[in-house]
Amino acid sequence: MNVLLDNIDLYARGFLGTIELFVVSAIGSLILGALLAAMRVSPVPILRAFGTVYVNILRNTPLTLVIFFFAFAYPRLEIADLSYFTRACIGLILYTAAFVCEVIRSGVNTVPVGQAEASRALGFTFTQTLSQVVLPQAVRNVVPPLANIQIALLKNTTIAAGFSVTEAGGIYQALSERGANVFVGLLWVAVGFLILVVPLTLLQRNLDRRWSTAR
Amino acid sequence: MTDTPMIRMAAVDKHFGELHVLKDINLEVERGQVVVVLGPSGSGKSTLCRTINRLEPVDSGTIEVDGRALPAEGKALAGLRADVGMVFQSFNLFAHKTVVENVMLAPLKVRRQDKAAAEKNAVRLLERVGIANQKDKYPAQLSGGQQQRVAIARALAMDPKVMLFDEPTSALDPEMVQEVLDVMTGLAKDGMTMLVVTHEMGFARRAAHRVVFMADGEIVEDSTPDDFFTNPSSDRAKDFLGKILTH
Repeated sequence: MNVLLDNIDLYARGFLGTIELFVVSAIGSLILGALLAAMRVSPVPILRAFGTVYVNILRNTPLTLVIFFFAFAYPRLEIADLSYFTRACIGLILYTAAFVCEVIRSGVNTVPVGQAEASRALGFTFTQTLSQVVLPQAVRNVVPPLANIQIALLKNTTIAAGFSVTEAGGIYQALSERGANVFVGLLWVAVGFLILVVPLTLLQRNLDRRWSTAR
Repeated sequence: MTDTPMIRMAAVDKHFGELHVLKDINLEVERGQVVVVLGPSGSGKSTLCRTINRLEPVDSGTIEVDGRALPAEGKALAGLRADVGMVFQSFNLFAHKTVVENVMLAPLKVRRQDKAAAEKNAVRLLERVGIANQKDKYPAQLSGGQQQRVAIARALAMDPKVMLFDEPTSALDPEMVQEVLDVMTGLAKDGMTMLVVTHEMGFARRAAHRVVFMADGEIVEDSTPDDFFTNPSSDRAKDFLGKILTH
């Protein structure tokens, strides 16, 4: 307990960083993933091809490599000067969106064809059919796997520590510099993550229950 | 202007792979006319209905709605579909929206009506089909007959020029068929142009101006209900009527 209380500032700053990284990346990956899924089911061949290539590259690349790219290779491209935090978010979003895309796409396949037919018959364009009718139902059908991906994202944020972003994965380093017991310190980090996952699990359960009445 | 038929199909052909499902279809539906399409299953009557708003594209031939040829897939086609109401065998209500939201969605998103006006109109239409007291339920909480009446209200909310019915009562339990037919009969009395694919002979007798009989992808007979039911000219129609009217 002493390790936690003596270094509460470290833990607070670390987990605050984790939460910030997570919230930005979670929202970003859900939006980008939905867009990619829309591309993969669209009738436009170029968009479909782009979506397929994107997913296959990002899903098959180790996250560490993606993050390292943005940490060390990206600055050499001299495109725009971005903070470490922003670059960490971009890496996490690009990587996670590939998984979100595939889950949403599998959800699209669960929506009966008649739903899209009815909306086309009412005069909806392809984009409206997708955004108003198909995607909302697709997402409702894949809440549990989407929650899995977001929990994995929460834990993946620790990779950003190798990136000089202050977050919970970097706490042990500061602890050992202060000469505190690193073993106990790490246990508290684990407890912190367990606590962070609880609201996600509750959210998943809540959404599942609310949306099941619609069917 | 008023002389152009609401629906005109000329020399329409369509194949599903090897199957020649529509053979040289020529059909005109006048304004305010109620046309019932009858025929054994597999005769192509559903496909015919679905080609009119291009849910099924055709191989060749012309289809015009209100004097305008069907455009290719895109904004123009969406605009035309907005004017053509369609009711499906399997209802196809939006499962994630309440009843009133189902009726309001297209007026809001396609017609860009404001929310208050769309809701007022939706409630009026739900009253018309006798289901306003269920407006905040989800489709899955309603019976089949209720769902189909909501689907009719949803199509009417777009103020369509013509209504297509693709076997609207075939998926219903027998005791629910009548409530849907009553709504359709009311529509026909109000002068709506309707093309109805159905097996309901009673409705055809009562509400139709014309009966079109299809078999094997062809229009075999096109006559008044009286003529068709009492004095069919083709053997196919006699055979069909013999099978359904004797039981």
